[in-house]
Amino acid sequence: MTFYLAQQTINALQLGSIYALIALGYSMVYGVLVMINFAHGDLFMLGAFACLLLAVLLPVHLPFVVILLLVMIVIGLLGAFIERVAYRPLRDAPRVSAIITALGCGLVIENTTLSLSPYPQFMPELFDSRTLSFGSLTVTTLQILIIGVALGLMLGLDFLIRRTSFGMAMRAISFDARTVPLMGIPVNRMISLTFFVGAGLGGAAGMLYGLAYPQISATMGVLIGWKAFIAAVIGGIGSIRGAVLGGFILGGVEVMAVAYLPSTYRDLISYSLLLAILVFKPYGLLGQPPNQKL
Amino acid sequence: MRHFLDSVARCRWALPALIAVGFAFVVACEYFPLLNDYSKIVLITVGINIILCSSLNLVNGYMGEFSVGHAGFMALGAYASALMTIKWLPASVFELPLGVLFGGTIAAAIGFLLALLSFKTRGDYLAIITLAFLMIVKSAIENINYVGGPRGMTPPVLTNLPWTFFWVVVTLWVIRNLIYSKFGRAITAIREDEIAANAMGVRIREAKILAFVTSSFFGGVAGALYAQVNFFIDPKSFDIVKSTEILVMVYLGGIASLGGSIIGAVIFTVLLQVLQPLGTWRMVILPLILVLLMLFRPRGIMGMRELTWFLPAGELFKRPKP
Amino acid sequence: MSALLEIDEVTKHFGGLCAISNCNVRIQAGSTHGIIGPNGAGKSTLFNLITGIYKPTRGDIRFRGESISGLRPGRIALKGIGRTFQSIRLLKTRTVLDNVRIAYDSQLHYSPLEAMLRLPRLGRDEEKSIEASLALLHPFGLADQAHDLAGDLPYGSQRKLEIARALALKPDILLLDEPAAGMNTGETADLVGFLRWVKDHFQVTLVLIEHHMHLVMSLCDRITVLDFGQTIAEGTPEEIRTNPRVIDAYLGGTEEE
Repeated sequence: MTFYLAQQTINALQLGSIYALIALGYSMVYGVLVMINFAHGDLFMLGAFACLLLAVLLPVHLPFVVILLLVMIVIGLLGAFIERVAYRPLRDAPRVSAIITALGCGLVIENTTLSLSPYPQFMPELFDSRTLSFGSLTVTTLQILIIGVALGLMLGLDFLIRRTSFGMAMRAISFDARTVPLMGIPVNRMISLTFFVGAGLGGAAGMLYGLAYPQISATMGVLIGWKAFIAAVIGGIGSIRGAVLGGFILGGVEVMAVAYLPSTYRDLISYSLLLAILVFKPYGLLGQPPNQKL
Repeated sequence: MRHFLDSVARCRWALPALIAVGFAFVVACEYFPLLNDYSKIVLITVGINIILCSSLNLVNGYMGEFSVGHAGFMALGAYASALMTIKWLPASVFELPLGVLFGGTIAAAIGFLLALLSFKTRGDYLAIITLAFLMIVKSAIENINYVGGPRGMTPPVLTNLPWTFFWVVVTLWVIRNLIYSKFGRAITAIREDEIAANAMGVRIREAKILAFVTSSFFGGVAGALYAQVNFFIDPKSFDIVKSTEILVMVYLGGIASLGGSIIGAVIFTVLLQVLQPLGTWRMVILPLILVLLMLFRPRGIMGMRELTWFLPAGELFKRPKP
Repeated sequence: MSALLEIDEVTKHFGGLCAISNCNVRIQAGSTHGIIGPNGAGKSTLFNLITGIYKPTRGDIRFRGESISGLRPGRIALKGIGRTFQSIRLLKTRTVLDNVRIAYDSQLHYSPLEAMLRLPRLGRDEEKSIEASLALLHPFGLADQAHDLAGDLPYGSQRKLEIARALALKPDILLLDEPAAGMNTGETADLVGFLRWVKDHFQVTLVLIEHHMHLVMSLCDRITVLDFGQTIAEGTPEEIRTNPRVIDAYLGGTEEE
C-alpha cells in the first residue's frame, strides 16, 4: 500500500513540477503588471509543439538540453513579443481590456495551431528512458529528468530573482510600478524580460509535459493552462513561492484524487478544494491583499 | 439628417412599434414559409446569444467584475430545463415556458451563492472563483448519471423563433429597467468606487445580489432555450470555451451597454456563420478582430454608451446644443 | 450635555503600527470642529474609523449616544454621518446629477420587482429623486451642469459636488477631509464663506480635517490637535494657537533659550 502511495507521489511530483513551472509564468507577469496573461497556457502548448517540430523536422539529432534551451528561447521571445505588441499599448487602458486582449491572443494562438494540426500529435522520445526499480517502486529516468529539470529551472529562477539586479528590479516593480522609473530602471525592458523568462518557463513546461504524457493537442493549453492558473492563485498570485506551492498542491491533489477515487471525480475534487481554499484565504495561501490608500 | 435621426430616437413609439412588428413577423414565420430552417436556427442562436451577452454584461460591464463562469449558469439552466421536458413534464404547450422558468430559477439560486461569495472577494480573485464555479458545475454534471453524465441528454426540440423573440425582449426590458433605477445606479457605483458608494449609503450587498441573481437567471434562461433547440446537450458544451465566447461577445459589443450586447451577439453569431468555410480559422480571425478592437476601442464598440431608444422617458434629458 | 459624536479612548492598530492611540474627541451638535495635526498624525484614519471603514482596536465611537464602532459604512452613513474624501471620490463616468441621485437613493423605497417591471411607484420615486437632486445642486451653482460628466468638471466644482452629494443624505454631521486641498488663497477665502453657508443652510455640524491654518482658525469653534495618533490638545482656536505642545508638534520643538 505504501509503495502505491510512493509511486503516486512520484507522479504527483512530476505533474506538480510542471504545473509549478507554468504557474510561475502567471505569477511573474501578475507581479509586475497586475495582469492575468490568459495567453500563457497557449504558450505552454506551443512549447510542446516547438519541441515536436525541433525533434522531428531537423535532420540533425539534437541533444535534449539543446532542444530545451531552443524551446525556452523561442517561446520566451514569443511571449515578450506579445507583450510588446498587444499589452504594452493598453497599459493605460482599463485593466479589463488588457485581459480580454490576452484572451484574444491566446485564442489566436490556440486556433492557429488547431487549424494547422487538427489531430493530436505524438511526441517522440528524445532519449532512451530506462526504468529503475527500488523494491516495488518503479521510476523511469524520464520522470527523474522531468522533475530534475523542473526543479533546476525553479532554483535558477529563485537565483535570478534574489541575486541579480533584474530580479531586484522585478520585485521593485511589483511593489510600486510608478516610482521605479524614477530610479533609472528601464521598466519596459524589465517587463519584457519578465515576460521572456515567464514564457520560457511555460514553454519548458510544455516540452516536459509532452515528454511525460506523449500525446499533445492544440487544445491542451486551455485545459492545463487554466489549471496552472488556478494553482498560481491557490498559492497567491504574484507570489513566486506561492506559484511553486500551488503547483505542487494541485498536482498532488489531482494525482491522489485519480489514484484513490473514480477518475471522473478528479476535476470536481480539485476545483472544490480550490474554492474552499479561496473562501477561507481569498488571496491565496501566500498572497497579500492589495494595499489601498484611503 | 442628424435632427431627423434625433427626433426618431426620441419618439417613444418607435421601439414598441418595432417590437410589435418583429413579433408579428416571427409568428408569421411559424405559419408561412418566410424563412428557411437554417435562417431560423441562426436567428434563434442570435437571440440566445443576445440573452447571454446582456445578462453577462450586467455583472461584467455594469458592475465591473470579471466573471468567466457564465457558461456554468447556462449549463444549469439547460440541464434543469432538459430534466423538466424529458423526464418530469408531460408534453404540452406549457413545456417550454415552464422549462425555461425552471432553468432560470435554478441558475438564479446558484447565482445567489456566488453573490454571497462576492461580498468578501473582488476583482481578479472573484474571477477565479467564477472559474472554479464553472469547472465544478461541469464536473458535477459529468458525475451525475441521472442527467446522463458525460454522455449528455437529448431534450425535445421546443424552442422556436417566437419564444426566443419573446425571451429576448423580456431579458432586455428587465435588465434595462433595473439599470435605470436606484439598483442600477448602485450597481454601477460598485464598479466605479465601492468605498465612495458605501459612504453614500448605497446598499452594496443588495445590489450585488441583484446583479448576480438577475444575470444568472437570464443565463439559465438562455441555457434552457439552447437545450431545447439543440436536441443534444453535454457537459462539454458548457466549458470554458463557451464562457470565453460569451466574454468575446460582451467586450466586442461594448461593456455596460444593452445596444452593445445586441451588436456583439449579432456580429459574433453572424460572422461565425458567414466564415464557416474557413473552419477553425474563424476562431483565429474573430479573436484577432477583438484584439485589434481593444487596441483602438478598449471598451468595445458601444462601450458605456446606450441607444437612445433604450433610455426610459425620465432619463431623456435635453442635451444642450453644442 | 452629551456630545453629538464622541470618540472615546479609541485606539487603532494596523499590524504592528499604532495609527491612533487613546484618542478622545467630543463634537458638539451645531459646532464647527477642526481636526489638525502634522501629516501622518492619524486624521484621515480617524475619519475612516468614524465612518466604519475601519473598526477600532480598542475604545468606542458613539453617535447620538449610540455606539457605532464596527458597523458597516453604509449603515453609518444612513444614520446621519456624511463625508467627503481627501482625494475626490466622485463617480467620474456618471453625470453630476447621477452622483447626487445615488446619495438620494436611500430615501427611495421601491422594491427590485417594482423596478424590473417598471411599476408606477418607480416612476414617481425616480421623478422625486431627479427633482430633489436638481434642487440640491441649485444652491451650489451646479444645476446647469447637471448632465455633464462629473469627471469633466473643474476641480473646485468637483469639490462642491462632493459636498452636495454628501448633503443629499440629509446628515446631521458632515466630515470634510481637507476640503481646501489644492486651493489657492483666494479660493480658500471663498471656501470659508461657502462652508459657513453650508452649515447654516443645511443645519449640519461640520468636522474638518485641514492644513490651511487660516481656514481652520477663522471657521472653527473648537479644534482638536492630533500628533502621532494621539490627542495632544483640544480647545478654542485661541487656546490652540498659543498651546506650546501644538507649536512643538508643528515646528519640531523650540530651541533652548
